[in-house]
Amino acid sequence: MGGLSAEQAVSDAFRTEWGRVVAHLIRVTGNWDLAEECAQDAFTKALERWPRDGVPDNPGGWLKVTARNRAFDRLRRTQVGENKLQEVGKSMSEYQEPQDNEDGIEDDRLRLIFTCCHPALPIEGQVALTLRTLCGLTTVEIARAFMVPTETMAKRLVRTRHKIQDAGIPYRVPPDHQLPERLRAVLAVLYGLFNEGYSASSGADLIRRNLCAEAIRLASLLAELMPDEPETLGLLSLLLLHDARRPARLDSEGELVTLEDQDRSLWDRAAIDGACALLERAMRLHRAGAYQLQAAIAACHATAETADATDWAEIVILYDRLAQLVGTPVVRLNRAVAVAMALGPQAGLDLVDEIEVDGELAGYYLLPATRADLLRRLGRTAEARSAYAQALELAPTDAERRYLDRRLAEASS
Amino acid sequence: MQYALFVCSDESQEISEEEVQARWRAFMSFQEDMEARDALVFLQRLQPTSTATKVSKRSGDLVISDGPFAETREQIAGFYVLECRNLDEALEIAARNPVAEFGTVEVRPVWAD
Repeated sequence: MGGLSAEQAVSDAFRTEWGRVVAHLIRVTGNWDLAEECAQDAFTKALERWPRDGVPDNPGGWLKVTARNRAFDRLRRTQVGENKLQEVGKSMSEYQEPQDNEDGIEDDRLRLIFTCCHPALPIEGQVALTLRTLCGLTTVEIARAFMVPTETMAKRLVRTRHKIQDAGIPYRVPPDHQLPERLRAVLAVLYGLFNEGYSASSGADLIRRNLCAEAIRLASLLAELMPDEPETLGLLSLLLLHDARRPARLDSEGELVTLEDQDRSLWDRAAIDGACALLERAMRLHRAGAYQLQAAIAACHATAETADATDWAEIVILYDRLAQLVGTPVVRLNRAVAVAMALGPQAGLDLVDEIEVDGELAGYYLLPATRADLLRRLGRTAEARSAYAQALELAPTDAERRYLDRRLAEASS
Repeated sequence: MQYALFVCSDESQEISEEEVQARWRAFMSFQEDMEARDALVFLQRLQPTSTATKVSKRSGDLVISDGPFAETREQIAGFYVLECRNLDEALEIAARNPVAEFGTVEVRPVWAD
């Protein structure tokens, strides 16, 4: 076994096994700090051993046992360990490995993800701890991805881990009666993580953009571990559909390109097909949900040959169902856009007016931006210009401001 | 593990006599429920913050003054100490406390020796 391939094997194992090893050690020792440190030690040891002794037949098993033995050694040696030994001593000395045969036994990574995304934890802490423990990102990498100093991120991670231990957050998959609510919280964390990376511009740090890949990886894991939860499949499908369009989202100058203007040949067809298959699987479970509906809408766009071929009538129906489930004003605004495409700009504008009267979206730049687009299409140029100007004042990022500037210029010419 | 539940509500809110009675019944039933599941360690209801007095000592000088510690929208109206298996159980119980319907319940683990 050559040194190079052994090193490659360690690096591959890090991708696939890190979360498993940490999740296992947390359950066995109940100590989050110790779990991460001993997982780290096991991978360091693999880097020493594997090039010399060869890659073990079951790298994951080797890492888990090595890390666990290290954790038990350290528990035995420390004072805390002495006390802990009283409690777990028996289980340590008699430790068997039924868990290593994971067939039919709940995966520790599922416990880990539900614990990391417990609603009692601060949201930034949930995301950071998930990336650290399940994905194996370092504190430095997470800090860079969220654009905070490393020290701030280190403190955030420590506080979050300590709250889990001190507040007595159980390490488990929630019981059935809590599962729907808690699963929603986990899915929201993953969706937020994806959006964090998706909103990063082309020039942004690679690590920041990498958050999309990590979110997809975690959503895939969740879909694999909870294959009968349609919303889990729905979220994964939605993320894959967004991600498939990413190459066309920005032009060569890094400017935002709207869906209708995107070069559809740049979309990742294979990813779109995979996402649609997942969505079909989810829908066969016959429990509709917000992620499935959003994925279905994204699939309508992704499978249209051209922007003109988009099935807007179908999209309106999907938005109607989404609005029934989550009647947020943002959903109603998106529905208004779809109605405008299906039935004409005036029908959309009437709905935008209704939303505006409710006042809930006051200050949200997409409200005047949508109104401006509809007015422009109706030929009401002067009104469109003033709505674009209003949207410009409210737009949160430079890329969005530049886009609106271009539209304003078009409307004025 | 033991948890303290601080029930906080806006004490300036005026409620009808009927509502007072309804809340009272809700509290009694909550308390019976806690006793039945053997979770209740201790509970106290507090008098309103208008009866509170602040005490502090700086460089040896004692300062006594009227009023609660902080001006907040909600004030602590009472607290429970509960024995629970974990935070999830404490949160489930907190959600059943009548104050959760109109105020806030703060759940804090108690230091264990």
